[in-house]
Formats: sequence, structure tokens, C-alpha cells
Amino acid sequence: MLSNFGSILFFLIFGAVFVCVNILLSRLLQTRNPYPVKLSVYECGELPEGNSWIQFNIRFYVIALIFLIFEVEIVFLFPWAVVFKDLGMFAFVEMLIFVGILLVGLAYVWAKGDLEWDKPEQVPSPELYRTDNVNSAVKITESVAS
Amino acid sequence: MILPILNSEITFLQFLPFDLPEPLISIIFLLIGASIIAVVASVLALVGVYLERKISAHMQDRLGPMEVGPHGIAQTFADAIKLLIKEDIVPQDADKLLHFIAPVMVFAATLAAFAVLPFSKTLVVSDLNIGLLYIIAISSFVVIGAILAGWASNNKWSLLGGMRSAAQIVSFEIPASLAVLSVIMIVGSMNLGDIVEYQKGGFFNWIIFKYFPFNFIAFIIYFIASLAEVNRAPFDLPEAESELIAGFHTEYSGMKWAMFFLAEYANMFLVGVVASTLFLGGWSSPFGDFLNSGPFPVFWIFIKSFSLIFVQIWIRWTLPRVRVDQLMYVSWKVLTPFAFVAILGVGIWMVL
Repeated sequence: MLSNFGSILFFLIFGAVFVCVNILLSRLLQTRNPYPVKLSVYECGELPEGNSWIQFNIRFYVIALIFLIFEVEIVFLFPWAVVFKDLGMFAFVEMLIFVGILLVGLAYVWAKGDLEWDKPEQVPSPELYRTDNVNSAVKITESVAS
Repeated sequence: MILPILNSEITFLQFLPFDLPEPLISIIFLLIGASIIAVVASVLALVGVYLERKISAHMQDRLGPMEVGPHGIAQTFADAIKLLIKEDIVPQDADKLLHFIAPVMVFAATLAAFAVLPFSKTLVVSDLNIGLLYIIAISSFVVIGAILAGWASNNKWSLLGGMRSAAQIVSFEIPASLAVLSVIMIVGSMNLGDIVEYQKGGFFNWIIFKYFPFNFIAFIIYFIASLAEVNRAPFDLPEAESELIAGFHTEYSGMKWAMFFLAEYANMFLVGVVASTLFLGGWSSPFGDFLNSGPFPVFWIFIKSFSLIFVQIWIRWTLPRVRVDQLMYVSWKVLTPFAFVAILGVGIWMVL
């Protein structure tokens, strides 16, 4: 018999093969008539404007960092929760302190306004949008895209 | 692996004129089991699509699909055949390899999560001792497929959808994991079978009613967070059709699109089974030992998870879509603090 994780690996592989077989089957049955307009990227019927592989403003960067911290915390909490019944009061107080420190961190981030989607103070100054800067901005975008 | 249905197959194989090596036999059984579960997941997804269309139609005072078969029962099968023979369009500028890998990844991760779900005492493929942790881990794997699809399509809408998907999973993973923590604290095990065993003996033994109201809060938090994790309305921002066409799968068509769709509905069912296993007694009967043997455990788990799917569909066709900032607000400023309150409440109650 395979081990428990062996059967999970088997399921992963089976799922991948299942999709591949389905796509292959569809490939054999379908009619194919590609032409350039059909193969262009969909942009509401307009001709696509530029490449979409550009630098992207990740608004949730700080949130991703907080996520990382809390995820690590949860990794610690899971084994604690399993043995919680046996350890009782001692483990509870200890975890209260541990979680408390992290909650202070969450409260700090909350008060700083990093959990807000709109960050008015971080909007780039109007200088950037002046006409003489547009060309350089376009150049940057093009160099990133290529 | 414990699959009692296949025990008859073992005896069947013993009648073969030659001896099969032990690993080969187990692989054959796994193949059969995996095929059954893949087929069941696909059929459940088709049923889910039909239910979604019918329920939404009746909620809006329409009839929904009525033409193919009685009351449109065969409509989704007809759709599946249509999708099978539809042209698969890959954009010229797309990253073709990643474009192909994305649906594979999404579906494989969804199917792998099905491996640990207990459908009855013995009907579980992989009785993992860290089953719950595994489900949390593998269900966030799906989002990598979504980001991959968004990036590979080379389409602005898709990229935005993929990014939103990442933002969403980053926010809602925390409350979902914290909400299941109180269940682990009460049961003292991460094995899904143990969690169900603990809740045996009638609906008043279900964890949702233990230490009222803390576990009830945890259940609500888990349900909302799981809606966000499977990209269901009101949290379907990654595929918001009125803003992003179809979000991360705008450039997908034919069978690849069908795989995304299949995975989405299979995920709905998965979340329903997990929520009912953790909080609603899983496969155990709500009436103690009454009707709790033979095929009934499977019947109960299906009843429970389909009720939760009904609520998911109900919510989708009742509530409008939230904005991204509201999504962050709900996750970090409402659900996470309340999840901590629930854990704290259960902890204090258990210690005292």
C-alpha cells in the first residue's frame, strides 16, 4: 500500500493527466480556424494597446507582509491547538502573550492606515503628470515591456 | 488507503492466474479510486452548474434552462459537449506554456484536496493525520493557477484579475485558518475523521453548538472566508464580469475554460464538505445512531454540503459585489479580530 502522502501525490498527478487528456481530446475534436484578429488579445474590440507585462502597482504590498507574519503565527498556533487540552492554563497564557504581541502589531498597522486601500498621502505628486514628464514615463514603460 | 468498496476487487484480483506485485495492486486501486473521485467531482460540478442556473432563475422569477431534457436537466451535459468541440484560442502574444499549465494546476490542486475528505467512516482515500492543515495548504494552491492564468494571457483584464485573486487569498487565508483553529482546540486533532468522530451522537454534539456563541462565530467567519477563497460572489472580484470581462480567464476558451469552471464548482463542493465536516458533524447523522449506517453517512454529508452550496448560490444572487477596499476592510478589520475573539472565548471556556 502506498503511504497517505503517496496517494495524495497520485491524486495530483491524476488531476494533471485528467486535464491534459481532456484538452487533448478537445484538440482532436475541435475545428481550428485561427487568423490574426482572432488571436489578438481581447481588449473590448479595440486593437490591443501595448503589452500588459508591465510594472504593476501592488497596492497590497504591506498587506502581503502582514499576511506573511500572521501566516507564520498560524503555523505556530496549529500544533499549540492540537495539544491545548493537555497543557491547559500554562499554554493558554503563553499563547495569549504571543498572540498579544502580534495583535499590537496589527493595531499599529491599522492606526498607521496601511490597511486602507486609498492612501491619499502616497499618491504621486502632480509633477509626475506634467506633459514634459510623460515622454520619459512612456520610455520607462516601453523599456520594461521589452 | 481504506476503500471498503474495493475490497471485493482485491478478491477479484486474487483469481488472476498470475501474482501482481503489491505496489502495482495499490496503484491499481488508487487509479480506480481517483477515477471515481474525479468523475464524482465532475458530475457534482455539473449538478452545481445546473442548480446555480435553476436557483438563480427561480429567485429572479424566471424558469432557467427548460429545453434540453425535462426541466433542462441535460442542459449542462449539452454545454459540456459544446465546450469539448469548441475551438481553443490562445492569443498570439500569450506565454503559451504557462497558459496551458494554469488550468492544469487549478484542477489538479482541487482534485488533490478531495483525497482527504471523509465521506464516511471508511470511505476516505488518504486518512491524513494533518488533514485539516493539508486542506488549508492545498486550497490556497489554486490561487497560483489563477495568477499564472492572469499573467500568461498578456491581457490587462486578466492581469488585474490575477492580482486581485492574490490580494484576496492574502487577506482571507488568515480568518479562514483562525476560524478552524477553535475546532482543533476542542477536538485535539487535525485528522478530519477524528473531528467527525468527536461530533457523533446527534446535532447537539456538533461543534457549531459547542461553547455557544464562539464556535458559531467561527463557523460564520469560515463560511465568509471560504466564499472569498473560491471566488464566489460577493467576493468574485478576480472574475468580475462587469469590470474585468472575465478576469483571469478572459483569454480562455473551450476545454481550458471548462476546466477552470469545473474546478470552481468542485471547489464550492469542497468548501461545503469541509465546513460541514468541521462544524456540522460531517458524515454523522443528526439523530444520534438513527440512520447512521450503510449508505447513510454519504447521504448526510451530501445533504449538509449541498445545503451549504445552496446558501452560497443564494448569497451570490442576493448580494452585490463588494469593492476591493471593502474586501480588505471585511477581512482585516472585521473577520480577523472576531476570529481572535472566538479563539480567546473557546480557550478561556476550556481552561476554566
